[in-house]
Amino acid sequence: MERYDLLYKPFGNRAILIEWPQKIELEIQKDVWIFKNLIEQKNIKSILEIISAYNSITIVYELTIENVYSEISALKTLYKGENSLVTHETKLWEIPVCYHADLAPDLVSLSKIKKLSIGQIISLHTAPFYSVCFIGFLPGFLYLSGLEKQLTMARKTIPDKHISKGSVAIGESQTGIYPMESPGGWHVIGNSPLNFFNLNNQNPCFASVGDKIKFTAIAKEDYGSIKSAVENGEFLPKHSFLND
Amino acid sequence: MIEVVKSGFFSTIQDLGRYGFGHLGVPVSGAMDQSSAKLANEIIGNHIDAAVIEMTLIGGVFKFSCNTHIAITGADMLPKLNNVSVSAYKPIQINKGDIVSFSALTHGYRTYLAVLGGLKTEEVLNSRSFFEPVTVKGLLKNGDTLPIDEKNLVFKDGYSKIKNQCFDSSVFQVFPGPEFNSLSHKQQELLFGSEFTISNLNNRMGYQLSELIENNLNPIITSAVLPGTVQLTPGGRLIVLMRDAQTTGGYPRVLQLSDKAINLLAQKKTADKIRFSLIEI
Repeated sequence: MERYDLLYKPFGNRAILIEWPQKIELEIQKDVWIFKNLIEQKNIKSILEIISAYNSITIVYELTIENVYSEISALKTLYKGENSLVTHETKLWEIPVCYHADLAPDLVSLSKIKKLSIGQIISLHTAPFYSVCFIGFLPGFLYLSGLEKQLTMARKTIPDKHISKGSVAIGESQTGIYPMESPGGWHVIGNSPLNFFNLNNQNPCFASVGDKIKFTAIAKEDYGSIKSAVENGEFLPKHSFLND
Repeated sequence: MIEVVKSGFFSTIQDLGRYGFGHLGVPVSGAMDQSSAKLANEIIGNHIDAAVIEMTLIGGVFKFSCNTHIAITGADMLPKLNNVSVSAYKPIQINKGDIVSFSALTHGYRTYLAVLGGLKTEEVLNSRSFFEPVTVKGLLKNGDTLPIDEKNLVFKDGYSKIKNQCFDSSVFQVFPGPEFNSLSHKQQELLFGSEFTISNLNNRMGYQLSELIENNLNPIITSAVLPGTVQLTPGGRLIVLMRDAQTTGGYPRVLQLSDKAINLLAQKKTADKIRFSLIEI
């Protein structure tokens, strides 16, 4: 297991930020998850919240951190210590996406800029097994890594005011799904009829960090029927297991 | 029960926030000025995390269907009980049928109304704080009814020499943010040497400041942001994130407000001037 030189920074006086090298890489991401698990297993009462991202963990404490250096040194010891790498089966979720222009306001412009046909964009976007790196920005917004290099696209300089629920979008080297209507700066290339944040379920997000996602292109007619089945609670997202 | 006769300009129910769901992208939310919300609860002997009504800019009109006690803190919206002025920062006895009303703002921006035992509205993910779409409602509306504890509550006077708060200070204590050191010396000087104006884009999610700071920093790899994080956008705009802020972001995090500074900013409004002062750690 590769170990990294981590940076520990105070983030205000109630949080500590731990940073890995400034890269989006699956190896780094896995190390972030391992360390996050280690911290969680310690069950430290003063910790309110642990938010991990691609190359960082932010630990929010309930009260002002009395001695940030001793807290950091405890974290360093924890990182260097035993690492209980739990191998488990990874869930692979199949997510239906409709790439019809009516549901994909930025698909045509992306195809022009990238000099790729719509068909090529769809096949590039549906090919990978994306990793769910973390959930952030909005309740249930999955940040997915593994986007084909040919599809990377800088965020819009002026964010759109309304991006519709279910929008599947590209921002830099990431792809993700807007779980609800929101402003946003990513390029929308499709829409999924699934519900990505549902408080009626014990776990509001069906996918968890570390799972894999595969997009499947569906026709506009199927989009409508799946969407009504989802609303009636008759459509559950499908998953299979991968051996990690 | 409390009937919302008039909801006011922007009124919500808030406790101290929704913790433990940040990993699902759920914002913390909670009272914008937590110090005032806690005080309101303390005055009537409630737990500090009890749910209160938060009113912004223009307060509402509330009718009580039972006897209870309330306390009012935060911005001065000229509170009245059955059309007669009442004092904030003191326990107020309420009889069945009483009407508590607020009008225009004279000082500060957000007012808190606590009621004995706390509001008993629906709890979602361990908190009663409004945040649409985690909660069904994002705002109180005229005609809403709010359940409260109507029996077996003994009022214990928690009031002791609590003074009215003052929200006049325009100096905000800040820590360096995670990307502070990526700023040039000139940018750092501008941050601490200039006066900034709160733009009209200010809400529970964040406050944008009007003045721009020339910026050539690259976006960061998406990472956590917190209430009180000050982001610098590629266009050079400073955004101070507040209680309903998203959990992660991609703009450099140049400053981090202290808890006290977040509470104070919650009492500032469009066109108010602010300055940042660095806390060395």
